Amino acid sequence: MPGIRPWKMAAGAAAISLLVAGCGGGDSDDASANSNTIVIGISEPEHLLPTNATDDSGSQVLSSLFYPLVEFNAQQEPVEVAAASITPDKANRVWTIKLKPGFTFHNGEPVTAQNYIDAWNYGAYGPNAQTGGYFFERIDGYADLNPLDPDKDGPQKPPAPKADTLSGLEKVNDLTFTVKLSAPFSSFKSVLGYSVFHPLPKAAFSKPGVIAEGFEDQIIGNGPFKLKGKWEHDNEVVVEKVSDFKGQVPKIDGITWKIYQDDQTQYADLVSGNVDVQMSIPIEALSKASADLGTRFQMSENSGFDFIGFPTYEKDFAKPEVRKAISMAINREEISDQIFLGSRVPAKSFVSPVVRGYRENICGEACEYNPKKAKDLYDKNGGPSEIKITYNVDGGHKAWVDATCNQIKASLGVNCTGSPEPKFSVLQQKARAHEPIGLIRLGWIMDYPLMENYLGPLYSTNGSSNHYGWSNSTFDQLIKQGSQAHTPQAAIKKWQQAEDILVQEMPVIPLRFMQNVYGYSEKVQNVQMDLFKKVDLYEIETIA
Amino acid sequence: MFRYIVRRLLQMILTFFGATFVVFALMFANQDDPIQALVGEKQASDSLRAALTERYHLDEGFLTQYWYYMKGLLTGDLGKSLTGRDISEMLADAWPVTIRLALLAVLIAAAIAVTTGVYAGIRRGGLFDNGTLLMTLLLLAMPIVVLAPLAQLVFAMELRWFPATTTKDATPYELLLPAIVLATTVIATQLRVTRTSVVENLRADYVRTARAKGLAPRRVTWVHVLRNSLIPVITLIGVDLGVLMSGAIVTEEVFNIPGVGFNLARGIRTEDGPLVVGFVSVLVIIFLVVNLAVDLLYAALDPRIRYE
Repeated sequence: MPGIRPWKMAAGAAAISLLVAGCGGGDSDDASANSNTIVIGISEPEHLLPTNATDDSGSQVLSSLFYPLVEFNAQQEPVEVAAASITPDKANRVWTIKLKPGFTFHNGEPVTAQNYIDAWNYGAYGPNAQTGGYFFERIDGYADLNPLDPDKDGPQKPPAPKADTLSGLEKVNDLTFTVKLSAPFSSFKSVLGYSVFHPLPKAAFSKPGVIAEGFEDQIIGNGPFKLKGKWEHDNEVVVEKVSDFKGQVPKIDGITWKIYQDDQTQYADLVSGNVDVQMSIPIEALSKASADLGTRFQMSENSGFDFIGFPTYEKDFAKPEVRKAISMAINREEISDQIFLGSRVPAKSFVSPVVRGYRENICGEACEYNPKKAKDLYDKNGGPSEIKITYNVDGGHKAWVDATCNQIKASLGVNCTGSPEPKFSVLQQKARAHEPIGLIRLGWIMDYPLMENYLGPLYSTNGSSNHYGWSNSTFDQLIKQGSQAHTPQAAIKKWQQAEDILVQEMPVIPLRFMQNVYGYSEKVQNVQMDLFKKVDLYEIETIA
Repeated sequence: MFRYIVRRLLQMILTFFGATFVVFALMFANQDDPIQALVGEKQASDSLRAALTERYHLDEGFLTQYWYYMKGLLTGDLGKSLTGRDISEMLADAWPVTIRLALLAVLIAAAIAVTTGVYAGIRRGGLFDNGTLLMTLLLLAMPIVVLAPLAQLVFAMELRWFPATTTKDATPYELLLPAIVLATTVIATQLRVTRTSVVENLRADYVRTARAKGLAPRRVTWVHVLRNSLIPVITLIGVDLGVLMSGAIVTEEVFNIPGVGFNLARGIRTEDGPLVVGFVSVLVIIFLVVNLAVDLLYAALDPRIRYE
């Protein structure tokens, strides 16, 4: 009876969909509802190998799995954690790191000096292509591990590295090793707080210098939590408390790092109670976050810094007065309030408030909104009649760039347009090639809490993120002198002098400092986020 | 019949290579600087750039890169993504959940579209018919980028009938809301086609004959008319599979399903050519196989159709 089939098919389909609709729900794990574990939302980490994990999600997960050498106190000073002491020699060149005894990795191996040396050597070795490799460049021997391409991007291949271990790392005994820097640096201890400086157990290596296949998915650390099962890509990373941890013991028993593709989706789960902490609430949800979360919606400062760079090599923008006039034409407060709904605060300095040596409002008059004065100054110094601000469209910058342009238009009476580029890499290439793209939108998040980490990369002549091409030899000199100063305090003095040059020269317009904008569920309390955009895993606790 | 299938399979091989070539070329053209995409807005260090360029052959020409990729593909190696994961492993992780989602969506869409379409066709011009017309117009007017977050807001966050997000190991119930959202993208056309086809067939000679023979009206409609009316609908369902897969990019992001759509979006964002081509290859294969199956179904539905 072939004729019956379509009817049967339709009936079957209907039956299946009814069945599907009726069943389900009951088999999800409700056990977590009253246990002492929490769920924190992240996006898929790029990597979990410490030297390769430079993204926010990766380093956040690592903060649960590893115990760092140093942490930072409220004054942003480094304090020993896994290290017993970190002391420089007189010249600040050779640093002796002593480890606290008794610590073990999650697989039972004792943590020794060799574990640090092995991990750092792996991270610094050029062909391993670790994204955090550049953190080791201050250590003696880095250049030998990272030979330069003779013709830069050209057909010639870079030569093979001369060595495969850093000559500056030396083991003294099981718990002590020394780090020799290529140049004196009195603030090196602050650098050591970043996650690339974590140790790796012997089990990580299949042979010297080669990470064992699959280690990253089952990573073994020395921290208060250990991985439960495997890293389930695009799904979750579950960690549980190490039973007899020697260091500071967290108040929770475990964390599920739940992976989200989209911040708005994560926000939906935060509101419906499926995730306990969301570390960055998307701007689209900000207007309703207070109503949805009440006091569980919080902000705290972090290291992010938004600014606009001038093409100072162009005649139009060569005069500091013109640059100052444009800066004075911008109403930072209005943009922070209207566009970012208070989630970012106006910036009137060239380094973030989270570093020691930050001086509030150092930019002074040049960063105050004063349209009348701006116009006078602009006209007197013959500023161009056409201003262009180039930005990358994939970063959500259109709204504020357009708003900034409108303010400039209104204040100075010149034409200002926002000019989109598809990706940041395109913007950066064009800027580096000195193509006429006008002012460029830039941003920075620090690697370690030092003024130098803003001044060096952003404004010095060879700074890795100085895409706008400003160069001042006195400034470069002061940065260098600061790095080689005898004490961190002396270093800050020099760096502040360098910042004073920025105030006079105004090579960029400081716009805003970013903030952690986070929220949490009714299940947790004592939720704090630090300047590295990380949740404090030692303080957070569940409400019984 | 057998010869027909073999011929179709041979054509598939050509289509497959053509499609992957085009996708690979598109990804190559889209590629500005995948290394920069990997490190975000910080400057990639020179040695990192050099090492990754060599590892992924990024400085080679298009044909050389394609050759490397094809060589790997034919030896069963789909390569590694730019974050160093095996693409074959990512495929194995992502496909099951997307297939379940798409099948559920096809089932929901077909069940609703065919039953509603038949009733609308029988009561042509009536209240029910005009009602469905209005509903389908509404559905057609609503893009999935609007519909998906809206459904999540109303049914998951406000009414709490469904969970707001799901995971890789979602139960059918957890997948139901995303599947319904996905089904709405194709339901309207399927419904309209069923209705038109039913209306047309109701006036056919064989239906009059069947009625004249004294068959029960229900049997006439659900067996004689429906069977003939299903041919264009089934073609449409086959084609709709492509629509469903592309609709999955949005649906999967909104409901946090780590499936094919998500991986495609990620591959495009990070300029990861091999990743995108790997997923598209499987997509192409599924599309081809489903369309072959659809063609074979014609013969089952209409005995006059014979394949040589």
